[in-house]
Amino acid sequence: MLLTTLMLIPLVGSIVVFLLPAAKATLAKQIALGFALATLVGSVLMVLGLDNSSGGLQHVESYDWIPAFGISWTLGVNGISASLIVMSAILVPIAIIAGWWDAENASQGSVKGYFSLILVLEVFIIGVFAANDLFLFYVFFEAMLFPIYFLIGRFGGPQRAYAAMKFLLYSLVGGLFMLAALIGLYVVSSRQLGQGTFDFQTLTTLNIDPATQKMLFLGFFFAFAVKAPMVPFHTWLPDAAAEATPATSTLLVGVLDKVGTFAMLHFLLPIFPEASKFYAPAIITLAVISIFYGALLAIGQTDVMRLVAFTSISHFGFIVLGIFVMTSQGLSGSSFYMVNHGFSTGALFLVMGYLVSRRGSKRIADFGGVQKVAPILAGVFLLSGLSGLALPGMSTFVSEFLVLTGAYAVNPTAAIIATFGIVLAAVYILWLYQRMMTGVPSKEVEESITEISRRELVAVAPLIAIIIALGFVPQVALNVINPAVEQVQTYVGVTDPEATVVIEGSGS
Amino acid sequence: MKVSVEYQALAPIIILLASGVLSVLVEAFIPRTLRRPIQLMLVLASIVLAFAYVVINATAPLAGDPVTNGGQVKGLRQLAASGAVAIDGPGMVLQGIILLVSFVAALLLAERQIDPQGDAFASRSSTLPGSEDERQFTAQGWLQTEIWPLYLFCVGGMLLFPVSNDFLTMFVALEVFSLPLYLMASMARRRRLLSHEAALKYFILGAFSSAFFLFGAALIYAATTSISFSTVAVAMENSSQDGLIIPGIGMIAVGLLFKVGAVPFHQWVPDVYQGSPTPLTAFMSAATKVAAFGALLRVFYVAFGGMRWDWRPMMWVIAILSMVIGSLLAVTQTDMKRMLAFSSVAHTGFILLGVISTSAAGLSSTLFYLLAYGFTSVGVFAIVGLVRDASGEATHLSQWAGLGKKSPWMASIFALFLLALAGIPLTSGFTGKFAVFTAAIDGGATPLVIVAVVASAIAAFFYARVIVLMFFTEPPVDGPSVVVPSAFTTVAIGTSAAFTLLLGIAPQPVLDLVINAGLFIR
Repeated sequence: MLLTTLMLIPLVGSIVVFLLPAAKATLAKQIALGFALATLVGSVLMVLGLDNSSGGLQHVESYDWIPAFGISWTLGVNGISASLIVMSAILVPIAIIAGWWDAENASQGSVKGYFSLILVLEVFIIGVFAANDLFLFYVFFEAMLFPIYFLIGRFGGPQRAYAAMKFLLYSLVGGLFMLAALIGLYVVSSRQLGQGTFDFQTLTTLNIDPATQKMLFLGFFFAFAVKAPMVPFHTWLPDAAAEATPATSTLLVGVLDKVGTFAMLHFLLPIFPEASKFYAPAIITLAVISIFYGALLAIGQTDVMRLVAFTSISHFGFIVLGIFVMTSQGLSGSSFYMVNHGFSTGALFLVMGYLVSRRGSKRIADFGGVQKVAPILAGVFLLSGLSGLALPGMSTFVSEFLVLTGAYAVNPTAAIIATFGIVLAAVYILWLYQRMMTGVPSKEVEESITEISRRELVAVAPLIAIIIALGFVPQVALNVINPAVEQVQTYVGVTDPEATVVIEGSGS
Repeated sequence: MKVSVEYQALAPIIILLASGVLSVLVEAFIPRTLRRPIQLMLVLASIVLAFAYVVINATAPLAGDPVTNGGQVKGLRQLAASGAVAIDGPGMVLQGIILLVSFVAALLLAERQIDPQGDAFASRSSTLPGSEDERQFTAQGWLQTEIWPLYLFCVGGMLLFPVSNDFLTMFVALEVFSLPLYLMASMARRRRLLSHEAALKYFILGAFSSAFFLFGAALIYAATTSISFSTVAVAMENSSQDGLIIPGIGMIAVGLLFKVGAVPFHQWVPDVYQGSPTPLTAFMSAATKVAAFGALLRVFYVAFGGMRWDWRPMMWVIAILSMVIGSLLAVTQTDMKRMLAFSSVAHTGFILLGVISTSAAGLSSTLFYLLAYGFTSVGVFAIVGLVRDASGEATHLSQWAGLGKKSPWMASIFALFLLALAGIPLTSGFTGKFAVFTAAIDGGATPLVIVAVVASAIAAFFYARVIVLMFFTEPPVDGPSVVVPSAFTTVAIGTSAAFTLLLGIAPQPVLDLVINAGLFIR
């Protein structure tokens, strides 16, 4: 019941907020924050209750939903999904604080609507990470689209209708391919077991012939690659992230996109081990292309929000790379990367949001010299930027390093090429800092940029604190993640003896 | 030959047809001012009574042998009227769906509050459009109460259509429900010329398709010397007269596919949906489709079941064409009713997937889809009828801009229906599609399902476009508004919305129902 309760908290919160009279905007925000913090407490208790000696599913609960189709309400977490839930539960209250005044001037939609939608989104986020019935996962996967769609479409920038529609259509098309594969998988399970099922753990026991595996794998992978997003299915992300409010972008890029990579790791590898191995070289190639393409386009952007969106595409390349090399370093690196990336990108989006709301422009050229006018803001900017480029000492460094060492053991070429992505990351972050923060402030910048407010600092400081803390003691997170990674490797039937050699080699 | 009439099994059909006769007498002998309430009560009461009989029949102790009835233990499941009618599980489910949908649609037909001049039908359809007579009758508030006997005959025919067990009974049922529809389609109160055109097209094309059906039945008779489905099925297996049988199957398919509106027999659908009075469109789009698919299922499962390897390629092509062309043309439409008409063509393609499966799962999933689609369709057209400006219904898409701000509740319910039509999870449309797709893959039609998924993706675009239009666009200055309807329409929309949600969130009871309905009897 723990996980269902965890979903009920934000659900009740969203209903309460929605039912408030429109005039009580402040009360709506406070209640929303209260429920978000309660969810955070609940999720921390959930992760503390995990038994780290086992990588299997824990806190499992299962109830029949539509027995005729073998569909059940099955929730459960392992170390990876639990840490992603905690990451989301941290980001939601931060997004609420950071977006405190976002909905005030929205042309459509009310303040309470904004915060109610964020809480609805949190319900589905927890659901999608905890679902261990593939159908239930699919439902949450699709259901997540709608709060995001309205958050972008009602509260976003001038091009919001276009961006929201593009986001929705890309996701729906991806979702439909997943649906086709899901039905195929169901039919396969009903032929093998007599009665079809969507239960994840039962599905891992199936013996699917390789040809069918490859077809079904592609259906799922397409949906997850759109969601992640990987090049060439990524074009919706920059539009969506640029038009959404910074708080929405934080949740969209920081949490929602993780669902794609999480699902690759959690569902694709265990259910389709043969197909995963078969497609791994192709996917690794795509991942490396994503790393470079995202980074190069980030360098070329003139819009700060789009820039951050493209850096994420590059980062998702690293995550996918780590997953499909299937070594323990790669997998745990990717899992840890997902958590770190949520915090790091969240911090970047929020700081950019602070700057954009002050200056009234998203163009990089409209800034310059901010560090003279608002030094603390510039400092926060620099810290979040450095976490984005994976500076040693930051948690992002640990995960990126793990991914690269893990990749080297299996595919040295890919690992070596990907390493140059780090150089590009330094270029886009430091050059961005140089253009926006250094130099002589223009008259407009002097007039419009004010120092970071206490509310804004409260929102972004925890993120930076977590990034630095996890950078120094990554074991806190890795201890939770690693058992689950071993479990995934058992499902796929891979071991990594070579990786051990590499670790020893690099250590000496 | 001794002719037997099983009154209880036939009760739903008899009740509707007898009420139709009674309703004609009401027209003849009751003063004009009293006719409407009496007719309305008669219609609603007979539908409720007929539904009660369907329930009684479905829960009655089994008359036959459980073994030959697939292990079923209850329900009448018998041949009636000397084998002309087969009352069985799927038949009773189809009758139940038709009656439920007809009840809801009758509420829409009875609506008088949304048009200041009266109901949705011409005050006197015999007057010339635009004439002085028309103006006078309208000013005096005349109502065309003859629609009610027509409606009763129509529903009666629809109840018979999917349970007919031979080609002649089926043809009679086809005509009994089609003729009233042609008439009623011509009676719109507004834009009467468009309505006349629609009715004429519908009638002429419908007559053609009936002729095809009859000709096909004659060819089958020539090959098998029988018109009874079970005899035909046996005779076909042993017959070598493919030259008669294959064209016969094809022609019967033309007649039935016309009624369900499958490509390439769909040309009438957009015109008729657009021109007819909207409450009638709601009724047609739901009930006609259910009845016609019921008949299609019975013919192709019972009579032509053994020939499935011969007719499947044809059905594949028609299903693909319906899904793809229906979805693509819907994208290009600018009129709400025409867009929904093309979407209905696409849905015909989806439902055909269940027919093609020719399995128990195919049958039960098709039944579920029909129930789900029926209610969503009624609901969607009910709301289309509410969006009006001074000249009547505002069906141009651009006029729907910003409705979400003017009437958030109605717009939200409309969005729910659109999401269900698009097949989004947690709506009835999704469960239906899921069931049908599963049956199709299990029946070896994986390529069809992939086409269906692509068509769904295209379809999602134009449904989403309407939602965007309603919620994210500024309303035009002199745009239409949502009229506040009377309790009739409110109940109809509420029921449809409730079914759409319920069949999406907790479909298990209904799934049990359609699965336990079992197979057609022979």
